Amino acid sequence: MNRVEVKAGDLSRHRDYAFGPTTPGWWGVIGFILIEATAFVLAIGAYYYLLANEARWPPRGVPPPLLWGTVFMLIGLASELPNAWIKKRAQALDLRAVQFGLGVMTVLGIAMLVVRALEFGSLNVHWTSHAYGSIVWALLVLHTFHTLTDVADSVVLWVFTLVHTVDGRKFSDVADNAFYWHFIVWSWVVLYVVVYWTPRWL
Amino acid sequence: MNTPARLRAWLFTGAVLALAACDGPQSALLPRAEQAEAIDRVWRVMLWTCTALYIVVLLALAYAMLRRRADRRREGIASDPLLRKTLAAWVVVIVAFLTAFVALSYAEDRRIRGGEPDLEVRITAKQWWWQVEYLDADPSRQFTTANELHLPRDRTARIELRAGDVIHSYWVPALGGKEDLIPGRTNAVWVTPRENGTWRGQCAEFCGLQHAHMALDVFVHDVGFFERWRDTQLYPARLPETATARRGKAVFEQHACATCHTVRGTTAGGRLGPDLTHFASRRHLAAGLLPVESPHLLAWIEDPQRLKPGAQMPAVPLAPQDLLAVNEYLLGLR
Amino acid sequence: MTRYDDAARRRHLAELERVWADPPGLRGWLTTVDHKRVARRYIVTALVFFVLAGVLALAMRTQLAVPENTVLGPDLYNQVFSMHGSVMMFLFAVPVMEAVAIYMVPLMVGARNIAFPRLNAFSYWVYLFGGLLIFAAFALNIGPEAGWTGYTPLSGPDFSPGKRTDFWAQMITFTEVAALAVAVELVATIMIMRAPGMTLARMPLFVWSMLVTSLMVIFAMPAVMLSSTFLITDRLIGTQFYNPAEGGDHLLWQHLFWFFGHPEVYIIFMPALGMISAIVETYCRRPVFGYTPMVLALVATGFLSFGLWVHHMFATGLPPMGNSFYTAASMLIAVPSGIQVFCWIATIATGKPRLEVPLLFVLGFFALFVLGGMTGVMVASVPLDLQVHDTYFVVAHFHYVLIGGAVFPLFGALYMWFPKIAGRLLDDRLGRWQFWLLFIGFNVTFFPMHYLGLIGMPRRVYTYPTGLGWDTWNLLSSAGAYLVALGALLFVVNVARALRRPADAPDDPWGGPDLSWATSSPPPAYEFAHVHEVRTRTPLWAGPDGEPQLELPVLHGLRTDRREALLTTPIDAVPECRWAMPDPSIWPLLAALSLTVAFVWSIFDPWGVVWGSIPVGVALIVWFWPKKSEPSLQATE
Ligand code: HEA
Ligand code: HEA
Ligand code: HEC
Ligand code: CUA
Ligand SMILES: [Cu+2]
Repeated sequence: MNRVEVKAGDLSRHRDYAFGPTTPGWWGVIGFILIEATAFVLAIGAYYYLLANEARWPPRGVPPPLLWGTVFMLIGLASELPNAWIKKRAQALDLRAVQFGLGVMTVLGIAMLVVRALEFGSLNVHWTSHAYGSIVWALLVLHTFHTLTDVADSVVLWVFTLVHTVDGRKFSDVADNAFYWHFIVWSWVVLYVVVYWTPRWL
Repeated sequence: MNTPARLRAWLFTGAVLALAACDGPQSALLPRAEQAEAIDRVWRVMLWTCTALYIVVLLALAYAMLRRRADRRREGIASDPLLRKTLAAWVVVIVAFLTAFVALSYAEDRRIRGGEPDLEVRITAKQWWWQVEYLDADPSRQFTTANELHLPRDRTARIELRAGDVIHSYWVPALGGKEDLIPGRTNAVWVTPRENGTWRGQCAEFCGLQHAHMALDVFVHDVGFFERWRDTQLYPARLPETATARRGKAVFEQHACATCHTVRGTTAGGRLGPDLTHFASRRHLAAGLLPVESPHLLAWIEDPQRLKPGAQMPAVPLAPQDLLAVNEYLLGLR
Repeated sequence: MTRYDDAARRRHLAELERVWADPPGLRGWLTTVDHKRVARRYIVTALVFFVLAGVLALAMRTQLAVPENTVLGPDLYNQVFSMHGSVMMFLFAVPVMEAVAIYMVPLMVGARNIAFPRLNAFSYWVYLFGGLLIFAAFALNIGPEAGWTGYTPLSGPDFSPGKRTDFWAQMITFTEVAALAVAVELVATIMIMRAPGMTLARMPLFVWSMLVTSLMVIFAMPAVMLSSTFLITDRLIGTQFYNPAEGGDHLLWQHLFWFFGHPEVYIIFMPALGMISAIVETYCRRPVFGYTPMVLALVATGFLSFGLWVHHMFATGLPPMGNSFYTAASMLIAVPSGIQVFCWIATIATGKPRLEVPLLFVLGFFALFVLGGMTGVMVASVPLDLQVHDTYFVVAHFHYVLIGGAVFPLFGALYMWFPKIAGRLLDDRLGRWQFWLLFIGFNVTFFPMHYLGLIGMPRRVYTYPTGLGWDTWNLLSSAGAYLVALGALLFVVNVARALRRPADAPDDPWGGPDLSWATSSPPPAYEFAHVHEVRTRTPLWAGPDGEPQLELPVLHGLRTDRREALLTTPIDAVPECRWAMPDPSIWPLLAALSLTVAFVWSIFDPWGVVWGSIPVGVALIVWFWPKKSEPSLQATE
């Protein structure tokens, strides 16, 4: 059997970069978000599962102090403005704006990590003392780990845009990075309610 | 295509024959309690309907493979309306069977749980033996034994299940289904035996090195006999009758034995190992490992690790005479 | 439509050849990002793990052949069955299916490579290192000892001192990372790298099955990541997740484990369903009957499988009402399974079956899987499960569905795809012998186990006393296991013999329907000379009778001076943009190595996580730092 290939069209006029759901990067980020969101949901499930076994929650009766977790959330929410702006500017291939925006995001990100360190410091429970302590630490560490990765990614991208020529593909990466940051911010809003307000509302 | 069909026919007959020969003291195919009978009903219904469905599927497959094709052209087409209707009918059939299965499971599941208990027993599973406590409103009528469960026929016993270390699972197939014993939780099963006899149960949840040697002997008696058994168990241990046995008692009390085992009526009050007050009345040693007979017991006391590697009882060094004496003493604890 | 001349075509191919070639020799071997090379490695490695775990099974069956046997003591037996289960599930069954998909999916959708080729290479290395690690641990007597389910407290710090469980838990982390990476790659490949015109409704069913499988991996694996991380921290830094004395709960482990564990078994099974569709379609020369119901059945199975996990926990004393719900949900799975069985039989009935070896394996699948499915429905009934749970009845159930439902189709698929993978045909007679040895041996091994379970034999026992009526059946079962091994050995022989012949397989030996048969066997590094355009569900067939389509429409215009692929829109597969694909790189290997160091370090010192992550981070940054061949040549600022 001999098959022949017959030309039915030409692709050379298509662009060689893109944004959003037709790029691998976007699907990679979506995949990562789905994986991590599932992990968060299950960890939150574990939190309520353990809670259901206890008469008092937290077992020592004192909820975690609100200050740093709230600050973290507020900075996060505030960072959504520059974040959304970067995404738009990246799609417009605006290098100056992207350089500036990533700088801002780096600063905000590092500030949030500092706040998170203070948050750990002020937690009034240790992971070894009770399953309550373990799960609270687990939720925070999980979230911190992701914040850390995304901040690191922002830093690398920022440095890159400063030292290297930037092409359409890199702008697309910047947009994907911004997309992932939404997840960091909004997942914390959920976790914040779980960790800080569950014990207060119960 | 003849060979697989024959093979399956052969396997099927084999299965039927096997089911006919289902004795053995640990078989779920010989239900001897109300709860086990309920489960057995589910089993029979599902076995036969699923077998029938299985045969239908294989016949359809055989037909599909072997049917004569009119000519070299394929006859059916993708949108064949008859096939589509058959598919819909098939789905309805499946759903109907499943609904029946679910209803049946639900109904029989209700029957195996609950009921006004005539007797309360607490079993605590430990690596790798069963502690059995007979509970009573009157504390003086409570006692503890091990590795054996005695039940009155036609009475409902509620068995409370707890675990001392890891997860185990209580399972006496002739009397009913299994239930896990989980540290930090309390479970229960209900048993209403319908026939006198002796059955065997075995721990069904993997619990470490000696999970294979964690059996439970179960005896079902007439109520009268059961009450007599219970009364004898309530007595403290018999006093040793021979000189050797008396010496054995002393050795037992003075050595490590007493720190782990309780013999009621003596100074031995340890709680790590099985209660030995009426040890010699038991059929098996170390959770079904060996019959309670002199050579086995001697070997056990001399070195439990040889018989049951990993067992939570160490070899306690004893002089040969002491060993024989303890042996005789324990065999007198009827 | 114009035909283009031969000289131009030769020039075009030479250029593609050059641009897509790996560096020669060892360097190419270590740096390749060609999905076919990676997939071949993946498949071979997984099959080696299969043989190793199979040999462990033979050891178990030898121990259990007669009562009170002493070939394996309790400690060794426990490690052996834990290894057998863990290796079969984590290092053989899931990876081998993904591996076949890594090879076939890009070809079937007509892509130039898999999405994220470097991640793909990374995934293989991580998988390999995880597997080597657990076998090294086993050889050093620090193998797992608490079963593939690793229940606490038996696996916890109090009852599993030493490092055995830590190695097991880290092995799981390795395989999770590898599996998740592959899942994301496959989703991306399937969503945006399909040939133009291959709308979702024209995707081969194997591709559909891999899409659903990959999504299931994405939603299921985090559960075991979480539970094993909790376990590791309980063991190493004193968290209390599974300590009831401090508010923890052993059932938390079981819930999390089975929330993963149940989908896991369908993650193994689902690709097999796709393989069966491919085989039935190819050897009956007939598009599978009921494409839409088939796809819906796959999706429904995927969804339902996340609502069933409690059926593994019926004996733990959960509220009866809840249990009954899980009975109903579990049985519901029989509906999509029944639909698929029906559609395949209908396809066979209306097609023209040729009883080649792959189809033989599919017939074996029917005989075994349907039986295993029936026992599955039985154990889904709460009261019945309370009798047979944790007995050999369940062991029989899951080997019927795992081997009958997944391994048989896998062998069938390997016979069908071997020419595409290795450029040679496997021997037909040896294949038939293998089939019958496996089929008979399998039934002799596992059918008696149903009965053994019913007459009281619990699973995971290293020995049993005589007098319970178990002796004959165990002996029979052990004998059967050797027959199975012989069958497996024949496969090894068949492959070895085939590989000694020259690569002479035709492009399309079976007259297959999908794009993978439109290129040579094995395909060149760039897969296809041009991008194919797809207009029907079976692009290589001219009509529903499987007549070959002799003229294939293709699109020109991808650059040949760098590795360029086409991206299309997710649903309708409309060409969207050209995309430069990465060149070979050593960094995936280095990243995998540094990750291995970090994981192993963490077993001995929790700080290993912190210090170990630094080289990992460095490796990742270098990896992702853009290479000069990749940037878009347009839109550069
Ligand atoms: C490939 C893997 C695979 C597959 C496909 C299945 C399929 C099914 N399994 Fe199985 N299962 C396992 C692998 C698998 N299982 C493993 C590994 C374990 C043990 C884990 C461990 O403890 O180590 C297990 C254990 C297991 C249990 C727990 C048992 C216990 O521990 O006590 C249960 C309980 O409900 C169960 C149920 C089912 C059901 C209902 C199906 C259904 O999907 C089956 C559906 C298919 C059919 C029914 C056949 C085709 C349908 C028809 C022909 C239609 C007509 C049929 C009817 C009307 C009935 N399985
Ligand atoms: C896909 C998964 C898979 C597969 C394929 C198998 C295959 C086999 N399994 Fe497996 N099994 C499991 C998954 C699987 N198993 C799981 C998950 C468990 C539960 C573990 C647990 O409880 O934690 C289990 C448990 C289990 C038990 C219960 C142990 C116990 O509870 O104590 C037994 C007992 O007989 C058993 C037997 C076998 C046998 C005989 C085979 C045979 O099919 C194997 C066939 C043999 C081979 C494949 C070897 C081939 C040999 C050669 C080719 C030799 C040539 C060599 C060279 C050329 C070098 N298995
Ligand atoms: C460290 C605790 C410990 C010590 C010391 C100890 N035992 Fe035990 N003993 C156990 C445990 C635990 C078991 C249950 C073992 C099993 O079945 O796995 C047991 C079981 C037994 C049994 C079998 C009980 C039954 O119901 O089947 C006998 C008899 C026995 N021990 C006698 C002795 C004698 C005699 C000594 C002293 C020489 C002794 N033990 C010392 C812990 C101990
Ligand atoms: Cu106790 Cu198994
Ligand atoms: Cu399941």
